Amino acid sequence: MAEAHNNPGGSTTAGSIAVAAESTVATRMSAPPSFDVADFPVPHGREEEWRFTPLDRLRGLHDGTAVADGSIKAEISAPDGVRVETVARDDARLGRAGAPVDRVAAQAYSAFEKATIVTVPKETVLTEPVRLALHGEGGVTYGHTVFELGAFAEATVVIDHTGDTVRAANVEYVVGDGAKLTVVTVMDWDRTAVHTSQQGALVGRDAGFRHIVVTFGGDLVRIHPRVTYAGTGGEAELIGLYFTDKGQHHEHRLLVDHNTPHCKSNVVYKGALQGESAHAVWIGDVLIEAKAEGTDTYEMNRNLVLTDGARVDSVPNLEIETGEIVGAGHASATGRFDDEQLFYLMARGIPETDARRLVVRGFFAELVQQIGVPDIEERLLAKIEEELEASVA
Amino acid sequence: MATLEIRDLHVTVEADNATKEILKGVDLTVKQGETHAIMGPNGSGKSTLAYSLAGHPKYTITGGTVTLDGEDVLEMSVDERARAGLFLAMQYPVEVPGVSVSNFLRTSATAVRGEAPKLRTWVKEVKETMERLHMDPSFAERNVNEGFSGGEKKRHEILQLELLKPKVAILDETDSGLDVDALRVVSEGVNRVRETGEVGTLLITHYTRILRYIKPDHVHVFSAGRIVESGGAELADKLEEEGYEAYTKGGASE
Repeated sequence: MAEAHNNPGGSTTAGSIAVAAESTVATRMSAPPSFDVADFPVPHGREEEWRFTPLDRLRGLHDGTAVADGSIKAEISAPDGVRVETVARDDARLGRAGAPVDRVAAQAYSAFEKATIVTVPKETVLTEPVRLALHGEGGVTYGHTVFELGAFAEATVVIDHTGDTVRAANVEYVVGDGAKLTVVTVMDWDRTAVHTSQQGALVGRDAGFRHIVVTFGGDLVRIHPRVTYAGTGGEAELIGLYFTDKGQHHEHRLLVDHNTPHCKSNVVYKGALQGESAHAVWIGDVLIEAKAEGTDTYEMNRNLVLTDGARVDSVPNLEIETGEIVGAGHASATGRFDDEQLFYLMARGIPETDARRLVVRGFFAELVQQIGVPDIEERLLAKIEEELEASVA
Repeated sequence: MATLEIRDLHVTVEADNATKEILKGVDLTVKQGETHAIMGPNGSGKSTLAYSLAGHPKYTITGGTVTLDGEDVLEMSVDERARAGLFLAMQYPVEVPGVSVSNFLRTSATAVRGEAPKLRTWVKEVKETMERLHMDPSFAERNVNEGFSGGEKKRHEILQLELLKPKVAILDETDSGLDVDALRVVSEGVNRVRETGEVGTLLITHYTRILRYIKPDHVHVFSAGRIVESGGAELADKLEEEGYEAYTKGGASE
């Protein structure tokens, strides 16, 4: 089930499948989940959840020194029937999709002043996406957003991040029974931005949750999608695309907690890297609890290293506490586009720039097609093109 | 008539911080419609000749000329050489992750032909060529050379040869690692291209086995970086019986 091959220098793939009586996913963390930042010690960098992250580039989000002195412009456009509210910290609807699991997520939860709740009432089927555009205007910002779909509602949500900020902000997705939610979250920050975000989803009975992360920008981006199920028959699909450039740190950590029988999950993350000290981290934790009979899960991470000097750390981790499942597997592979591949394509008449484009586009194509939001797909292809131009120049 | 002319070609390679001369004055003329077999022991420089002609960056040309119909091949980049009509079927084709065979073939044909082939005729052309090479249609959806067996890689090379229709085809040990059935299928593909009379073929091989399927007009023995003997098909028979010993005595095989 596990495969790991083609690892160029400067990459690691350390997959594991553990059959255990008790999960180590939780015990590997420095502290149990909590909404209070004070419950987490300030990380020193050697903790399991921090060992790949350059703490000095978190600009104080991890040690309490990042004071909320910045601003972010938020624009939301929602079709008729969608309710958008700004609520106080004590609103009972906050925190249902899981407590923060690390110091930075807890910092975000402890520091936001007002939260935004976007509700799609039950049985409401949207034909246009809900769009939330966040534009950083400098400084440190915190935030908290909840998207809730009532039973049998259907919606697509696009969260777009641009501009510059140092931001810790969590997002919750509460997907009602039989509801279908697609989220596309685009990290198109300025090159200087820092962004950490725990994104928890509670997937209802027979509900469908698709979460698509697109990460291009920022100096440091650390996204942590987490899925748990509130009833049987839930399906989660977690997709990620990232293009990590010179000096950037892009970290995607995922957890799918199969805590309920007869649920499905499918995780596919793909990233391209280029330039000195480009660093991509992918941690994929899938836990199948003893009670989760009939689980069907697969997770995959693929990386394409375009130049020397880039580094990938890819760690798929599957823990299985019951044998009564439909399927469980994981795969991770990091390949590189090297001079021999370039020679091969050019020896068939294909010019160098076209050869690069062919490889990178082909690599991302199957995922781009799955986004299902045409303007985002186009923007993504344009971004890839832009990145490639930069690499040729 | 297309002609590849190689004159006094000298090539070096950097290895272990030293410059080593591999080709030491190669002279060869390959005309359209002709098939030349280059045979020689391991390490004689046969593959270096193939890759140098295709323009692999690892090799440095230190002397001599290569022209295709009078055009200076050595001045051309790798892709320009291919578009000028040179084709190298590689001994070890590399995997290209993320690029499907069908996308690759079409991009390549578009580059070499100077315009995108018409979709309908193209699909048919690819399908029929693949059938003749006993390749499953699902092959087109796989990534280039990824997880291909040795035989599949060679069929894929010959598929490209048939589709790209070069003026000069260099086949670098296409026969190595093939069982008899695969060798026959691959040879038939090469022969279909030869029968058009429009390609000059440079067949590089260590063994005489493939020459039972692909009949050469000329056979050249390669040793120590140059052609040491040339003759007709009968020279291959002599090599079959006597081996390369007569040419490698004195440890000149470098």
